[in-house]
Amino acid sequence: MPTVSMTVNGRSAAGEVEGRTLLVEFLREHLRLTGTHVGCDTSQCGACVVHVNGKSVKSCTLLAVQAEGAEVTTIEGLAQNGELHPMQAAFKEHHGLQCGFCTPGMVMSAVDLLNTNAHPSETEIRDWLEGNICRCTGYHNIVKAIQAVAQGQGG
Amino acid sequence: MTDTGIGASVRRKEDNRFLTGRGRYTDDINRTGQAYACFLRSPHAHAKIDGIDTGAAKNAPGVIAVLTGDDVAADGLGGIPCGFAPTGVQAPHNAPPRPALVQGKVCFVGDLVAMVIADDLNQAKDAAELIQVDYQELPANVDPAKATDSSTTRIHEAAENNLYADWGLGDKEATDQAFAQAHHVTKIDLINNRQIPNAMEPRCSIGEYDQADESYTLYTTTQNPHVTRLLLAAYVLQIPEHKLRVVSADVGGGFGSKIPHYPEEALVTWTAKKVGRPVKWTAERSESFLSDTHGRDHVTRAELALDENGKFLALRVHTSASLGAYLSTFGAMSTTYLYAPVLSGQYIIPAIYCGVTIVFTNTAPIDAERGAGRPEATYLVERLVENAARETGIDRIEIRRRNFIPEDAFPYQTPVVLAYDSGNYAPILDKALEMADRAGFETRNADAKSRGKLRGIGFCTYIEACGIAPSNVAGAIGAGIGLYESAEVRFAVTGAVTVFTGSHQHGQGHETTFAQIVADRLGVPFDSVDIVHGDTARVQWGHGTYGSRSLAVGGSAIAVACDKAIEKGKKVAAHLLEASVTDIEFKDGNFTVSGTDQSKSFGEIIAAAMVPHNFPLDEMEPGLDQRSFYDPKNFTFPAGCHICEVEIDPDTGVVKIVNWTAVDDFGKIVNPMIVEGQIHGGVAHGIGQALLENCVYDPESGQLLTGSYMDYCMPRADDLPNFNLGFTETPCPHNPLGVKGCGEAGAIAAPPALINAVIDAIGVDIDMPATPEKVWRALQSRPQAAE
Amino acid sequence: MQNFTYHRPGSVEEAVQALSAASDGTLMGGGMTLLPTLKQRLASPSDVVDLGGVAGLSGISEDGGKVVVGAMTTHAEVASNAIVTAKIPALAALAGAIGDPAVRNRGTIGGSIANNDPAADYPAALVGLGATVRTNKREIAADDFFTGLFETALAEGEVITAVAFPVPERAGYAKFPNPASRYAIVGVMASTGPAGTRVAVTGAGACVFRASAMESALGGGFSADALSGASVSADDLNSDIHASAEYRAHLVGVMARRAVAAAG
Repeated sequence: MPTVSMTVNGRSAAGEVEGRTLLVEFLREHLRLTGTHVGCDTSQCGACVVHVNGKSVKSCTLLAVQAEGAEVTTIEGLAQNGELHPMQAAFKEHHGLQCGFCTPGMVMSAVDLLNTNAHPSETEIRDWLEGNICRCTGYHNIVKAIQAVAQGQGG
Repeated sequence: MTDTGIGASVRRKEDNRFLTGRGRYTDDINRTGQAYACFLRSPHAHAKIDGIDTGAAKNAPGVIAVLTGDDVAADGLGGIPCGFAPTGVQAPHNAPPRPALVQGKVCFVGDLVAMVIADDLNQAKDAAELIQVDYQELPANVDPAKATDSSTTRIHEAAENNLYADWGLGDKEATDQAFAQAHHVTKIDLINNRQIPNAMEPRCSIGEYDQADESYTLYTTTQNPHVTRLLLAAYVLQIPEHKLRVVSADVGGGFGSKIPHYPEEALVTWTAKKVGRPVKWTAERSESFLSDTHGRDHVTRAELALDENGKFLALRVHTSASLGAYLSTFGAMSTTYLYAPVLSGQYIIPAIYCGVTIVFTNTAPIDAERGAGRPEATYLVERLVENAARETGIDRIEIRRRNFIPEDAFPYQTPVVLAYDSGNYAPILDKALEMADRAGFETRNADAKSRGKLRGIGFCTYIEACGIAPSNVAGAIGAGIGLYESAEVRFAVTGAVTVFTGSHQHGQGHETTFAQIVADRLGVPFDSVDIVHGDTARVQWGHGTYGSRSLAVGGSAIAVACDKAIEKGKKVAAHLLEASVTDIEFKDGNFTVSGTDQSKSFGEIIAAAMVPHNFPLDEMEPGLDQRSFYDPKNFTFPAGCHICEVEIDPDTGVVKIVNWTAVDDFGKIVNPMIVEGQIHGGVAHGIGQALLENCVYDPESGQLLTGSYMDYCMPRADDLPNFNLGFTETPCPHNPLGVKGCGEAGAIAAPPALINAVIDAIGVDIDMPATPEKVWRALQSRPQAAE
Repeated sequence: MQNFTYHRPGSVEEAVQALSAASDGTLMGGGMTLLPTLKQRLASPSDVVDLGGVAGLSGISEDGGKVVVGAMTTHAEVASNAIVTAKIPALAALAGAIGDPAVRNRGTIGGSIANNDPAADYPAALVGLGATVRTNKREIAADDFFTGLFETALAEGEVITAVAFPVPERAGYAKFPNPASRYAIVGVMASTGPAGTRVAVTGAGACVFRASAMESALGGGFSADALSGASVSADDLNSDIHASAEYRAHLVGVMARRAVAAAG
């Protein structure tokens, strides 16, 4: 079986996997980082979005072996020293989550958006979220939360 | 109002764990030694099974067991039960059995043929591909309107003509008489399109068996753990209920699809004992599409009779409603008593008759989906009302005003069972019109025209019956359970309060809202209150969350339990303060001797009750804990007005929602932030149905054509507008909190508001979903297409 | 998905070797189509040869008046690259609207065109701009590359290394997305320049095609108005639950006019 090693949330992580093991399976089953979710099997819902080398990717559509040597950040790695990341804090402040299932991927996507485009318009925010499906919120408060962070008024 | 009490937008207690990836959803749970299950599902919509060869699969690497319907029968497992058989049927209920794994026949694509259990999931999937099934295909039908045709192949022996029941509500004779005298009759034929609830968390179940005390545990994604326990223990496993614990910790959305008890839940529990290991199954999204319960799927013809003044005289409805291939737990409730009783809407309609032909089709079972019956009813009433306005030349707002139930008519008895307890509709409409700037519409319309766009405005004034439900009513309409709710309030010596509720949260924010109620009621710190739900071993009993019942019924149960604690607390305070109990007043968390400054805080009373060194032990038991079983006196009746404005690109038929205004009356509101979130989500769900979502089965083969997000269109952020919300407040008169419920309102109100706006823009009728091609074709069909 | 042997070669030669040694091997670019296909068990290759570690397949450069995009260049890189946004903004816009951001961070131009999904955007870009596909063996004109439904002119053991785009005088892309999948129901790339006047249509048929009547109409002047009256026949166009052939034919006209109008 292939072995894989990568850095996950700042710590080195390694393990034996099958060729077919997906990054999300490695995170959830091997590392027990269950914050990253699987909501579909066609790479559309975005519940599994993590950052690989600083960019958002769908961890259900990436083999664990493809992340060999990569820096991976999951939702568990976003808060620092017990302080919510500004995006997490803004989601809470603006009620950008309900059942919480799409939330990890949604937050990781939103963080990548502001890394890519610090001051997006509402249209740009809504377009960016095309790959993240939420059934609960109607997106209204998610958009508000992202706008608040972009305007420096997160949590 | 304190900053954490009733009326405050308190930020949610549950958010920190969800935002940091520390939620505990069922698939996040792994049990020691667990095995993995996967299911072989039918690739055919309708077929006889002549044989199943599991030999190769059984010998595949890692396989522990391969099971079929024969094994289910051999172990004497009961069928998956239905919890509801509507009263008022004009033909007997034809209720076919549903074995947990099929026996000799498959009835829809996705039906459960075999179960494979292996050491790991991939081994189970690899082995499932080795199972050989000898199918003999039969003609399939997916159209409820054709189910009873003589040419349609019968699905179940027990259901002749594929009929479950012919059901009716209302006074048919009086309705027919009213039509005979009508000045004008507006007719409509419409389809309420099948929708798939699509909670973002796929279903997941883990069964476990403890040999030591011969008990089972089921971890599962359910909206109602206690009802699941009842159905699974009593009907399927046929064991005492206390031998089964059902745990549903964090659940990633339900929307109705996690109400029913599913065969997969029964199968993992049954096999956990059989194979001697915990058995875990997690649905892939493709399986969710095939096998989660779906919603809606009505074909309806309806007529509204009006007099010469535009007053409604009568409403006559006939609906063909699908149950899918089997009776789901509450399948026939959405098509009967959650549907016809709200056909009166916000209006005085002296005579109403609704007949429903309830049928089986070769499709996934139908059960509740956000709104469950009430969206279907509201859609047809509000489409009829606007069509009637157009046909009679009366303004669409004016015709509503003429027919509203006036404020002084409450309580109002409709001709379809329900007695509305309260309501005041005109102010809702006034506020919504102002917020939506109806007066400015013509200016906006002219501007749109100059940009080559077609603009339209549509309205929906809806009523909802929720807060389900008085148990005697539940019994009278055919439910197998009561619909009260239970609560238990426990106090720790140090003052912490733990509330055990039979409601279940899967996104609604109970841990926050319920804590607000307790903090407000008892005057204790919000942070000292914890809410426990979703575990039959911890919560005494419950009926779960659906029908916008959590706050009105579950929250009221908590309020009643708190009140009991206050009553006992008064006695304790009277003892400590050496006063008469009749002189003790309770306010803001303090027990005070009336007219004095002698007072004890709630925390002090808890301590005195839990450490009863100075306590009237000869009069009372120590402790302060209380439990309640609250049975509501009536449904609650939220009402509202939603106004939608659209712009349509005539070149492509694309509909863009440019304004959405919602004014709702939910009675007292505990947490406005959470209520607004519920409206956003409900409206999005309704917009999905009206504009984007459509569950399509191939009419010939019965294959699900919209079996993934590639083909089933979920609303995305760029499909939706911002929502402009407002509220009015007519408190519910019969529950202790004055609350009504808000979870389903958006999904009820949105479809007619949106479709009415589209019709206003294009000038011709259109069915849901108003896809670009449908709108474009409708535009081509217009007499003035060249305009 | 069924298990397979995973290879991560460092060069095109090693990739070809791994592929030829496999009983039923497949190349993987970004994996955005391949992995979902494998997950659904619609394919079960014995070996997956990941091109992600091959040096020199990624990146964008100018070469003799052409914009050359390495096969493993992601959609996100094409969308934001300074050369592309300056020279062929229509290509940048097209790449920036493929899938969603996370997909664009992984999906590659080589993977997309090798798959030749009838609803993918890139085939319209290549044909509509008159690009050339460079492989380890030869150069193939885009007009000859896309041969049919999920079929290309690639031979066994042939690996796409880059795509060379001539810089058009004017080009525009307009897409009518499937509301669910966001793939193109109809996408039209219209351009005029060294490769001639081109109107390439994706999504509407089994494979990308050039709308010759529209190209002729634009011959007299590259303007949306010139296209009024020009149309494509609905015969042979795709028909599914999302759009009938007739509606697609109509949309080709609308999108072609919008593409031309959008052309800078």
